Amino acid sequence: MTRIAAVAWNTFREAVRDRVLYNLVFFALLMIAAAILVGQISLGIETIVIVSLGLSAVSIIGLLIAVFTGVGLVSKEMDKRTLYALLAKPVRRWEFLVGKFGGLVLTLTVNTAAMAVGLFLALLFVKHSLDRGDAVVLVAVYFILLKLAIVVALSLLFSCFTSQLLAILFTAGLYVAGLFLSEMRNLSGSRVGPMMQILFSWVSYLLPNFENFNVMAAAAHGKAIPGILILHNTLYAILYCGIVLAGASVVFSRRNLK
Amino acid sequence: MQVEEGEAFGFLGPNGAGKSTTIKLLMGIIFPTAGSAKILGHSITDVEMHKDIGYLPEQPYFYDYLTAAELLDYFARFYGFNAAERKERVARMLKKVGLETAGKIQLRKYSKGMLQRVGLAQAILHDPKVVILDEPMSGLDPIGRHEVRDIILELKREGKTVFFSTHILTDAEVLCDKVGVIVGGKLQGVGRPDEIVGMKSQGMEILFEADAADARSAAIRAKANKSGSRYALRVPEDSLYSALDELHATGAKIASVAQIKPTLEEYFLHLVEKDRAQAAAIEVSGK
Amino acid sequence: MNHKKSIAILFLLVLPAGLAGVWLLQHSIDARLAILHEEQDEVLLHSGKMVKILSLEYAPLMADVYWTRVVQYYGSKDERREQNLDSLWPLLDLATTLDPNLLPAYRFGSTFLAEARPVGAGRPDLAIQLIQRGIQENPNYWRLYQDLGNTYYFTLRDYQKASEAFLAGSKNPAAPPWMKIMAARIVERGDTRQISRFLWSDIYQTTQDPTIKENAKMHLLLLKTDDDKEQLNLFLADFSKKTGRSAESLRELVQAGMLQGLPTDPAGYPYVLGKSGEAELNPKSPLAEKEPLYRRF
Repeated sequence: MTRIAAVAWNTFREAVRDRVLYNLVFFALLMIAAAILVGQISLGIETIVIVSLGLSAVSIIGLLIAVFTGVGLVSKEMDKRTLYALLAKPVRRWEFLVGKFGGLVLTLTVNTAAMAVGLFLALLFVKHSLDRGDAVVLVAVYFILLKLAIVVALSLLFSCFTSQLLAILFTAGLYVAGLFLSEMRNLSGSRVGPMMQILFSWVSYLLPNFENFNVMAAAAHGKAIPGILILHNTLYAILYCGIVLAGASVVFSRRNLK
Repeated sequence: MQVEEGEAFGFLGPNGAGKSTTIKLLMGIIFPTAGSAKILGHSITDVEMHKDIGYLPEQPYFYDYLTAAELLDYFARFYGFNAAERKERVARMLKKVGLETAGKIQLRKYSKGMLQRVGLAQAILHDPKVVILDEPMSGLDPIGRHEVRDIILELKREGKTVFFSTHILTDAEVLCDKVGVIVGGKLQGVGRPDEIVGMKSQGMEILFEADAADARSAAIRAKANKSGSRYALRVPEDSLYSALDELHATGAKIASVAQIKPTLEEYFLHLVEKDRAQAAAIEVSGK
Repeated sequence: MNHKKSIAILFLLVLPAGLAGVWLLQHSIDARLAILHEEQDEVLLHSGKMVKILSLEYAPLMADVYWTRVVQYYGSKDERREQNLDSLWPLLDLATTLDPNLLPAYRFGSTFLAEARPVGAGRPDLAIQLIQRGIQENPNYWRLYQDLGNTYYFTLRDYQKASEAFLAGSKNPAAPPWMKIMAARIVERGDTRQISRFLWSDIYQTTQDPTIKENAKMHLLLLKTDDDKEQLNLFLADFSKKTGRSAESLRELVQAGMLQGLPTDPAGYPYVLGKSGEAELNPKSPLAEKEPLYRRF
C-alpha cells in the first residue's frame, strides 16, 4: 500500500510543479470572472449564468488535464525511460499504474476544489449571500470529479498499448460517445433493425455513461440532488475505474518497454 | 552465463551486441521469448527479489521537476525505510557520488555526468547485495570515470556482486574478476580476463632511447621499430636479459620493459571479425 | 502472478462481474435522473433538440447565450433595417428548449411576442404557446399564470380564458389574493380601465426586467391619458349642456372656470381638442406617437 502511495504522491508532486497546470487553473478562474460580467447583461439570471459557465469551465479544464496529462502519465515515463529505474525497485507494475492513477486524481481534486472556491466566491459576489440551495453546486462539482476519474482511467488504459495521439483520440471519442448513450438507447427498431437495436442497447449500458454526472441544469436552478443518486454515481465511478484499471494492469504487465 | 557472489563481472561487447537487452531482460523491463534466469536464487519475475539488487540504466533520465535529494528519497520509500533512515541514506549517497552541493537543484538542470551519478546513487542507496550497472562510465569525464571505478572497487571490498556492461575494455581489464563477451546476440566466452585472451605471451618489448649518430647501437636499432625519439624492440622471453645487456653495452637508455600479451581489444576485434564472417556466410548461403 | 492466469481472471471474473454491476447501477441512475430532469415534450421543435444535442451537456449555458441575444435583439430593434421582430420567437424557442427553466425568457416572451408591431412581434398565439410550455416545465411558478392571463386579457381579449388563467394561478399558495379577485372581476366586467391599470401596475412594480418595466410604464401612462381624456370629455359635454354649443378649444373650459389651467399629459404637453369634438393628445407630445403603437384597435 505504501508503494502505491509513494507513486501517487510523486505523481501529484510532479504535476503540481509542472506549471502548465497553473495556467489552466488560472484560465478557469478567468472564465468564472467572465461569467460574472456576462451575468450582468442577462438580466435576472446572473446566478444561472455563473453556475452554468463556472461548472462548464471546471468541466472543460478538468477534461483537458485528465486526457492530456492522463495519457502522458505512463507514456512519458516509457518514452523518457524514467520507468526503468523504478521497475528495478520492489514494486509491481500494477502498483505503479494504480499509484499514477491516484496521483492524477489527487491533482484533479485539488484543481477542481480551487476552481470551485473561485466559483463560490463569484456566486457570493453576485448574490451577496449563499443559501442552502447553493450546496447543489458542490454536488455538481463532485460529479464532475467522478467523471474525470473515469476519464483518467481510460486514458491510462489506452496509453498502455497505443501511441499518445491515438490514446488521446480514443479517450476523447469515448467521452463524446458517453454523452449520447441515452440517445443510442432510444434508437427505434424501425430505423436500424432489431438486431442492431439490441446491440446498441447493450453497448449503451456497458460504455461509460458520462451523462450520469451531468447535473448542471439542476445546479444552475438550485434543485436539490437526491442522496441516493450521489451514492450510485460514486459506486458507478469506483466500479468503472476498477474495471478499466484492471484491464490496464493486465495489458501493462506484459508490455515490453523500449 | 553465471556470476558468482562477490565477483565483479564485466559484460563486454560492441554496440548493438545485446548487452543492454540482456540487462533489461534481467530487470523485467522486457520479457524473454525463451529461457530463464535467476538472481540470488530467485526467478527474475520475483519482484520482492528487487530489494537485494540495484540497477543503473543506460543513459539514465529522471523526473525533471524533482531534486536529486527528492528523487533518492522517493526511491528509498520502496524499500521500506522510515523517514529518518531515508534522510540519512540520501545524504550519505549524495556525498558518495560527489553531489552533496547539488542535492537541492532540480534534475532538469543536471548535466549528463551528474545524472549518471544520481543513477549510481539510486542503485546502491539500499545497500543491495547485487549491483547491476548498464554502461556506468558513459557520459563521464576522466575524473568522473575514475570516481566510478573507485566506487565499484569499494563495492567489491564490501563483498557485493557487481555486474556491469561496457564497451571500454581497459575498464574491464582493471576492475573485473571475470568477463563475459557477447557479440551479435551470442555469448562468445566467459572467464578471467587473461584466460579469455589466452595465456600465450608473445615475448617482451623493450623501449629504449639511443643517439642515432652513435654507431655502437646501430645494429640493435636496425632490429627495432622507431617511433619519435624512442625505439621498440621485441625479443622472445628467454632472450630478454641478453638483449638488455647488449643495449646497456651500446650506451642506450632503457625506458621500459613490458610483456607483450594480446589485449582484450585484440581478442574482441578477432571475435567481431569472426561474427561478421559468419553472418556473411549465412547470407550467401541464402539464409 | 502468471500472466496467462491474470488474463483469465480478468475476462472470466472481473469484466463480467464489473459490467454486471455497471448495468445495474446504470438502470438505477437512469431512474433517478429521469425524476431530476423533466422529460422533453415531443411537440417541441426539432431544431431546439438539435441544438441541445450539439451543445452536448452545456445546454443551460447555450440557453443563456440565446437569452442574451434575445435581449440584445429586442434592444436594437430600432436600429435594424427590417422593422420586425421575426426572430424573436425562434430565439426564445431555442432558449427555452435548451433550458426549460429559464423563467425570464418566458416572461419576456409573453409580453413582447404578444404586443402588436412594432413594439412586439404581434404573435399572441406564439406567446400563449411559450407560456404554456413554461407552465408545464415550471408548474410552481405562479407568475406565468399571471402572464398568461394578461396575454388573454390584453391582446386576445378572451376574458373567459384570462379569468381561467388567473384562477389557476391563484391556486398556488404563493400567489397574492388579487389573482382570485381578478379572475372573478374579469369574467364579470371584461375590459375595464381599472382592471387594466391594476394588472399593468403589478407588472410595473414587481418586474426586474427593465424592458418589461418600461413597457408597463408606457401602458400605464396611456391609461392615465385615457382617464384624463374621459374626464375632459365629461367637462366638454357639461360645457355643451351649459352653453348650448360645443367648445372651440379647451381654453374655453378654462375661461368658463371648469378647469384650473390647461391640463397636460404625463409628458407635459397640454391636451387639445380634436376635430371629432373630443379631447386628444397634443400632436407634439411624444405620447401621441406612442399611442397608436400601443393600441390594438
